[in-house]
Amino acid sequence: MDGDINATAPGTTPPDTDPARKRRVHGMLKLYYGLNEEGKTVDQAESMDPCDINGPHFDPEVYLNKLRRECSLGELMDQETCMVKQIRSLDSDMQTLVYENYNKFISATDTIRKMKNDFKKMEDEMDCLSTNMASITDFSARISGTLQDQHAQITKLSGVHTLLRKLQFLFELPARLNKCLELQAYAQAVSSHRRARCVLQQYSHMPSFRGIQDDCHAIMDKLAQELRQKFRDGGSSAKDLSECVELLLQLDEPAEELCDKFLSHAQSRLEADLLGLEAELRPPLSYGPTAVTDPYTGPAHRLSVEPTAGSPTGPSSLNNPFLSPSSRTDILEFIDRGCNEFVSSLCLVIASYQELFVNRPQEGELASKNIPQMAIGKLHAFVDALATRYFSLVERRIQEEKSVGDNSLLVRALDRFHRRLQAVAKLLPGSAVPSQGTEIVVRAARERIKQYLAALQSFYLNSLTDVRQALAAPRLGGSSAGVGSHLGGPATGKEAPASLPELLSTLSASILNQIKSVLASVHLFTAKDITFSNKPYFKGDFCSHGVRESLVVNFIKFVCQSSRQFCESAGDRGGSTPPALLLLLSRLCLDYETSTITYILTLTDEQFLVQHHSPVTAVTALCGEAREAAQKLLNHYVKVQGLIISQMLRKSVETRDWVNTIEPRNVRAVMKRVVEDTTSIDVQVGLLYEEGVRKAHSSDSSKRTFSVYSSSRQQTRYAPSYTPSAPMDTNLLSNIHKLFSERVEIFSPVEFNKVSVLTGIIKISLKTFLECVRLRTFGRYGLQQIQVDCHYLQMYLWRFVSDENLVHFLLDEIVGSTAHRCLDPAPMEQSVIEVICERGATCIPVFLPLTVPPASLSSCP
Amino acid sequence: MYQPYLVLQARALTSQTAESDAIRFLVGTQSLKFDNQIHIIDFDDENNIISKSVLQHQAGEIWHISASPADKAVLTTCYNKSEAPALSLSQLGASVFPAQVVSSESRVVTCGAVWRMPPEWESGSHESPDDPHNSHNPQNLELLCHLDNSSHGNASCVLWEPMGDGKHVISLADNHALLWDLTESSTQATISSSATLEGKGQLKFTAGKWSPHHNCTQLATANDTAIRGWDLRTMSQIYCIENAHGQLVRDLDFNPNKQYYLASCGDDCKVKFWDVRNINEPVKTLEEHSHWVWSVRFNHSHDQLVLTGSSDSRVILSNMVSISSEPFGHLVDDDDLSDGEDNHQDEKTQEPLQDSIISTYEEHEDSVYAVEWSSADPWLFASLSYDGRLVINRVPRALKYHILL
Repeated sequence: MDGDINATAPGTTPPDTDPARKRRVHGMLKLYYGLNEEGKTVDQAESMDPCDINGPHFDPEVYLNKLRRECSLGELMDQETCMVKQIRSLDSDMQTLVYENYNKFISATDTIRKMKNDFKKMEDEMDCLSTNMASITDFSARISGTLQDQHAQITKLSGVHTLLRKLQFLFELPARLNKCLELQAYAQAVSSHRRARCVLQQYSHMPSFRGIQDDCHAIMDKLAQELRQKFRDGGSSAKDLSECVELLLQLDEPAEELCDKFLSHAQSRLEADLLGLEAELRPPLSYGPTAVTDPYTGPAHRLSVEPTAGSPTGPSSLNNPFLSPSSRTDILEFIDRGCNEFVSSLCLVIASYQELFVNRPQEGELASKNIPQMAIGKLHAFVDALATRYFSLVERRIQEEKSVGDNSLLVRALDRFHRRLQAVAKLLPGSAVPSQGTEIVVRAARERIKQYLAALQSFYLNSLTDVRQALAAPRLGGSSAGVGSHLGGPATGKEAPASLPELLSTLSASILNQIKSVLASVHLFTAKDITFSNKPYFKGDFCSHGVRESLVVNFIKFVCQSSRQFCESAGDRGGSTPPALLLLLSRLCLDYETSTITYILTLTDEQFLVQHHSPVTAVTALCGEAREAAQKLLNHYVKVQGLIISQMLRKSVETRDWVNTIEPRNVRAVMKRVVEDTTSIDVQVGLLYEEGVRKAHSSDSSKRTFSVYSSSRQQTRYAPSYTPSAPMDTNLLSNIHKLFSERVEIFSPVEFNKVSVLTGIIKISLKTFLECVRLRTFGRYGLQQIQVDCHYLQMYLWRFVSDENLVHFLLDEIVGSTAHRCLDPAPMEQSVIEVICERGATCIPVFLPLTVPPASLSSCP
Repeated sequence: MYQPYLVLQARALTSQTAESDAIRFLVGTQSLKFDNQIHIIDFDDENNIISKSVLQHQAGEIWHISASPADKAVLTTCYNKSEAPALSLSQLGASVFPAQVVSSESRVVTCGAVWRMPPEWESGSHESPDDPHNSHNPQNLELLCHLDNSSHGNASCVLWEPMGDGKHVISLADNHALLWDLTESSTQATISSSATLEGKGQLKFTAGKWSPHHNCTQLATANDTAIRGWDLRTMSQIYCIENAHGQLVRDLDFNPNKQYYLASCGDDCKVKFWDVRNINEPVKTLEEHSHWVWSVRFNHSHDQLVLTGSSDSRVILSNMVSISSEPFGHLVDDDDLSDGEDNHQDEKTQEPLQDSIISTYEEHEDSVYAVEWSSADPWLFASLSYDGRLVINRVPRALKYHILL
């Protein structure tokens, strides 16, 4: 084999350069030596085929047989040449390899030999080294042994030195402390003392140390004294103060006591502020000097002020809202002062206190004492107590704010007050102060609303008084104008009563304006820049409950109620309320019902964005109330006017001797007066209320109905009186008549129109006339006079009522009853009656309403 | 309802106070042209039959009538008496104010008189309501005595001593209250004492009532808008309710069971109930009528039932439980009657009953000037309107049982 290798060596060198071939050769060799890196499993998988010439299970017999079976001769030939070629190349490869490995082996053998010689020399040197080292160890041990003693001594000496220095510090301590005290280097003194304190405490049983300790104590006591003094002086700055407190705390001063002291010290200062505020609150003891010294109250004021100098809280200060604030500071100034002085120093106190006691870093023993809790508790109590006093002052001041003129000042003051309290809230979370402050604001707002309500109410009452006066004034000369309008045309009737609608519009406009201005004033409370306005606890309650309910709704209710009171208080005896006022108020309430209430409430809701959380009074309820009031007032008006006319009629019937009266020559003055009054009432009502519907009547109602009434009916009624069977017929007739006529409700509710009102009044008057007639006895001329009177009424009254048949029916009853009560019922000729009445009508303009014509007067008892 | 017509106009109505069996009312007519009559209306409750007897009252038209509480047959009237003038005119004149009448003219005064009904009226002069003018002459009343008071003015009403023996009457004449003593046979009357209302203006009593309480020593009168109380022993005023009504006071009545309670009515359409111990304020006010209220009457046994008549032609029966002596709507025992007011305090234990209008009677076509409870049957009442219609009504059965049970 060696020969093979050698022989093929030169021939195989060129293929060595081909790496692929080389690798293949290596692979084959590896295979041969079983050094396959890939593992045996791969080999086995590859080599199961016995025909694989490279596999380990190659079976030449099988392979040969296979070839023989499968291949043609040519192919076999080719196979054979290929095989030979491969065998040859393999042989050459093997030769090359053997050659290479041989060289390497030779050089390795040489190297190993050389190494063998070198190691022997090294072993000798190592032995020598170990002996040297042993001797060195020996020497070193000996040296340490000799130096041991000295080292111990040095350590001891250095310990003694330290101790001595400490002792020296101790002995020098009193002097040092004194010096510090002199130099006011309190901090240094305290820290020095703190360092020594434990030692002194520990060795206090030894006399010398005890002495030092006592000295130190004395000095430190003095120091503490000084610190306390400084603390107490209060003149020092906050920083000094805090240092002071810190030192004192370090000196084991009880924290509680310190807190108390600190607070009491602060309290004295805050109380000074409070006293200042209170002094402003207190009204000046005497107005005289104030008025002189005060530049704001001019000489004009002084005059009005001086009479009340004896009584400081006299009525002038209350009655004149513009005077009392000017003599003092106004509320904004007051609150400002309160905020700047009291609240800001309170904040300062709270801040420094918290700095000192609450927020300081906790160290050592101090932490265990729970100082913060204690301190916070104390602070709360302190702040609460002072704030309560402050609040009471503020509230007193707010309560003095009675004038409703300028609301902005109060709102701004409240805003400032509230804003400044927020600072306290921030500094001292959990304190009751801000919420109390808010309550004050809410209360003040509520109080203000009450004041506005009262102001509105008094304004309303004042306007009513004005209206009353306005009504009374033209009334003096008004009646004649009323008469003039009755016959002389509408032009003359304008002067006096024309002011009614004007009065109404002025009244309602001024009330509305007042409400609006009040709403505007109140609106300031909810302005955006006001801090408390947006708080939910304020806004919702204030708007819906405060403004809407307490102010607006209550005012409307008040209007209705006071209107109703006019009916009730004046219910008996006719009352002192002028009827025109009743009419006016009735119209006012009706207007409220139809539009004003809705308008006001909508306005309020819009302005204040009222959210109806809680149930609020509905518009319909208010309208209902207003309508009820209007109805009641109008009914009362009818009653009062009816009563006035009734009384006239009644007096005229009761005070006359109807048996022995003279033949009627004229309509009685009282009837003319009735017609006049009815006319002026008609004019008055017409100014405020619409005409209303009346039943249709012919163009000449008075004539037509009268003729029916007098000729046909009257004759059938009176004619049977002369026959024995008369009573039966009379009754039958009158009853049959009544069967067909409706029952007349005398005092019935009226509708809101002129005709209905007038109908009511005329019904009441004529019914009274009837009842009075039935109580008297008449002579012939008495009956005739009544006939004339009734005809006259008939001529004029029908035009006022809704259903003229009502007037006819009642007048018919009157004449009928008179005939029954007549001793000698001889009715007057219809034509004569008409002549008399027409004559009476023509002379009406010459009558003055308050004078009775002499002709009728003479016959009148 | 039962409606006999009296044919003539009438204002005066009374129940026959001394009669406790028959339901009987007396009505006095008002006519200037015919002889006036007293109609005796009998109501047979079981058969619903009304019978009427007529007695002539020739003295004049009757303004007020009142029956003796002791003798069924005795009654008083106030009537217009004509005094024919020396120079006679064609007709009889009448005037309420004689002082103002010229001597040559006629004058009429209103006087009071005590009458006795003839014993045989019941058998003699029955009429059917349909035939008022029977041919045979009705019997005349027998005059017992005049309550002659021409010096004192016109009598507006005569009051019998309630529950008395028929020996004492009070007449109200203009501004005088006169207490008369009658003899055994009532044939002679003497003034035992009198009280005069002093004051400015022409004061005149319009109505009065003799209190059944306090041993019948009190009298209440009305003039204009004021109500006055009088002590009959001293004839002095004991209380005065000024402005009791807004206008004229028309009638008064005492609560028969509660001694201090008084009802009044007047031209302000109101009925007011007073506790005379506190005269500043009425205890209760009713405003149901739409015109003047002319008459108010407590039921004699069940004082919560109050009857009012008004010139709006209505009669209203009210149930004033809250101020009655039987606040629970049941009859208190006789023992408890005295302390009826104490029961008031227990009221809250029971369900409180509301004052209410029981019924409004609208049968009348004209003004109702008088209402009266029957003295025999507490559930029956009569009302009289000016056109002469008398209506007898019953308290509704349901309410009657409610009160009784």
